[in-house]
Amino acid sequence: MTSQATAPESSAASLPAPTKRKLPAGTLYRGREGMWSWVLHRITGTAIFFFLLVHILDTSLIRISPEAYDAVIGTYKTPIMGIGETALVAAIGLHALNGLRIICIDLFSWGPRAQRVMFWVAIGLWVVLLIGFVPRHLMTVFGGH
Amino acid sequence: MTATGIEAPRTPHVSHRRKRINLEKWGWIYMRLSGVLLVVLIFGHLFYNLIFPGNVSALDWAFVAGKLANPVWIVWDVLLLWLALIHGANGMRTLVNDYAHGRFRTVLLWSLGISTVVLLVLGTLVLTTFDPCLAPTENADLIAACTAQE
Ligand code: HEM
Ligand code: HEM
Repeated sequence: MTSQATAPESSAASLPAPTKRKLPAGTLYRGREGMWSWVLHRITGTAIFFFLLVHILDTSLIRISPEAYDAVIGTYKTPIMGIGETALVAAIGLHALNGLRIICIDLFSWGPRAQRVMFWVAIGLWVVLLIGFVPRHLMTVFGGH
Repeated sequence: MTATGIEAPRTPHVSHRRKRINLEKWGWIYMRLSGVLLVVLIFGHLFYNLIFPGNVSALDWAFVAGKLANPVWIVWDVLLLWLALIHGANGMRTLVNDYAHGRFRTVLLWSLGISTVVLLVLGTLVLTTFDPCLAPTENADLIAACTAQE
């Protein structure tokens, strides 16, 4: 822009036609690692919370009757529940690793700068955790021993 | 600020609630402190029960009796119960405050608070009054301990 004298109509005419953007303009946060880690943290935290409510109730049966406890814990051994346990451990792993990332962001001066790297480190560690856990667990559930 | 004078320009704001405890700040600190401890407590719990020495197929009352015969695991479970449930309930409080409004929010917050207190009391009583000799098991150590008790 060199001259303020240019007619306003001509500069308006040279503007590109508005196009649909994938991301809203002017945001570094929305749709990126920061947002997705927050969404996942909320979903996993809620899921674990509701599991814990039920889990305290089922465990309290140990105080009442061994037969009742064995009957209820028996349902943990079915294939569907086995998949549910896998999902639960995956959720906890993600919440825990991302929780440590949040703590590092808040606690250390280098934290906010490294948040995106730490997100991918957390995902990497999570994959390693699942490789260690899932095959073994599913073998117990489906192998029947 | 005093009622008699006008403050000099750029005088820092003086909070009138300075002497009150800031509960939101302590909640924030609690989420982080409990989070670090929960990593150890939860992964220890899952490892013992699902990988070694336990696994889903091996879980039953006798397994739990053998485990809780050791007071270390009772302390472990009580800590796990309190830290995880209060962490989770405080986190859910954030979500309720974000997404629920008006009377619905009030109802949800009260249900959350009441169920948390009830489960803390129930869980603590179960863990601290549990009797591993309630029923016979095939665990040799447990049999010896239980017959010695009689
Ligand atoms: C395994 C260890 C865990 C770690 C390291 C951890 C860490 C964290 C951290 C740092 C926060 C953020 C708090 C804030 O933004 O102020 C959080 C939030 C939360 N956590 Fe955990 N947590 C753990 C386990 C759990 C468990 C067991 C539950 C459920 C019983 C849970 C449920 C929640 C919920 C519902 C939130 C609120 C999410 C939000 O505000 O967006 N967390 N956690
Ligand atoms: C599929 C995964 C899980 C299995 C198979 C499992 C199994 C068990 C078993 C067998 C007990 C009896 C006592 C003991 O072993 O110490 C127990 C108690 C307990 N578990 Fe888990 N657990 C699982 C996941 C979790 C998670 C993710 C949490 C925390 C968020 C948790 C928190 C607790 C607590 C607090 C108690 C004591 C309950 C009471 O007050 O009586 N568990 N669990």
